[in-house]
Amino acid sequence: MLIALSVILLCQLAGEALARAAQLPLPGPVLGMAFLFCVMLLRDRFAQTPAVQTRLMTIEPTASSLLAHLSLMFVPAGVGVVRNLGVLAHYGVQLFLALILSTFLTLVVSVAVFRMVSRLLGETDTGELS
Amino acid sequence: MSSSDFTLWVYLSRTPLLWLCLTLCVYGVVDAIAQRFGRHPLVNPVVLSVIVLGSILMATGTDYRTYFDGAQFIHFMLGPATVALAVPLYQNRLIVRRSLIPMLAALVCGSVVACVSAVMTALALGAPPNIVMSIAPKSVTAGVAMSIAEGLGGDPALAAVLVLITGILGAIMVTPLMNALGVRDYRARGFAVGLASLGIGTARAFQVDPIAGTFAGIAIGLNAAMTAFIVPWIMPYFV
Repeated sequence: MLIALSVILLCQLAGEALARAAQLPLPGPVLGMAFLFCVMLLRDRFAQTPAVQTRLMTIEPTASSLLAHLSLMFVPAGVGVVRNLGVLAHYGVQLFLALILSTFLTLVVSVAVFRMVSRLLGETDTGELS
Repeated sequence: MSSSDFTLWVYLSRTPLLWLCLTLCVYGVVDAIAQRFGRHPLVNPVVLSVIVLGSILMATGTDYRTYFDGAQFIHFMLGPATVALAVPLYQNRLIVRRSLIPMLAALVCGSVVACVSAVMTALALGAPPNIVMSIAPKSVTAGVAMSIAEGLGGDPALAAVLVLITGILGAIMVTPLMNALGVRDYRARGFAVGLASLGIGTARAFQVDPIAGTFAGIAIGLNAAMTAFIVPWIMPYFV
């Protein structure tokens, strides 16, 4: 748990540092996600001794316990929005309608394109190769 | 309230512990209620917690800064949780690799539609350019959206608010919409909701299906890069 948490935080730190240093338009944690992915691939390839293997195996349960409560982590920012609704005083209705329509269209278009291309590649409705 | 009760309240309300505990407890109760409703899309734990906590803050006259002193410990976990999305990605890497082409096609189309449709609707309804600039990056994580909006001359605070509202809208819409469309491919469902509404949508996706959650997580990462790239390029055509 301690090792897994350190690995996750180190990946985030490396991500933040790289995003800042290279002035990438990506959030640090997203780069951190890429780093952790690499760590897990490297673990399979190079961690031969059982001791190292077992320690790094704790990454999975630690990550799933973090992800189990993903919704909770948006609550503090969400409360901030409620206190900030003043910025919506002008044009709030227009913006809200624009968001509803746009979110609807984005969902429909992305899922339609995904399915269409997947079907062209000869996959079934559930993504299996037919 | 007697004066000693009041002193206790003043003391507690100024320590991070009170607001941290309250956030956790409110979420715990609300999440149990959501579970009781079989994770019905309208019973969204983020929305309910925000309403309850927002009302408590308003009723007690607590300012957001005091609240955030406690809640920041939860807010901080967003970073590590985003990094942790690598684990489902790793576990499903074979399916992900097989789905690269449909994913990239959906990414390009989805992020253009997300930006263009929001901007065009807002313009058509009569919103002024500086407001429209803040809605353009609404489908990326709040931090990135704020810096894109700022770069375009929009309002960063407004951009952050719009990102969160988009997240909630997507999380509520996705399940009924996808069922109505008859989409049974959880890769496509997850990818679409991650693209349209990021973290809150991803949280919803993980509640529905682990594969959907995995693809939603990938969409967050890809779309952050994509939107930062296309928005400055698209906007000059509109404003």
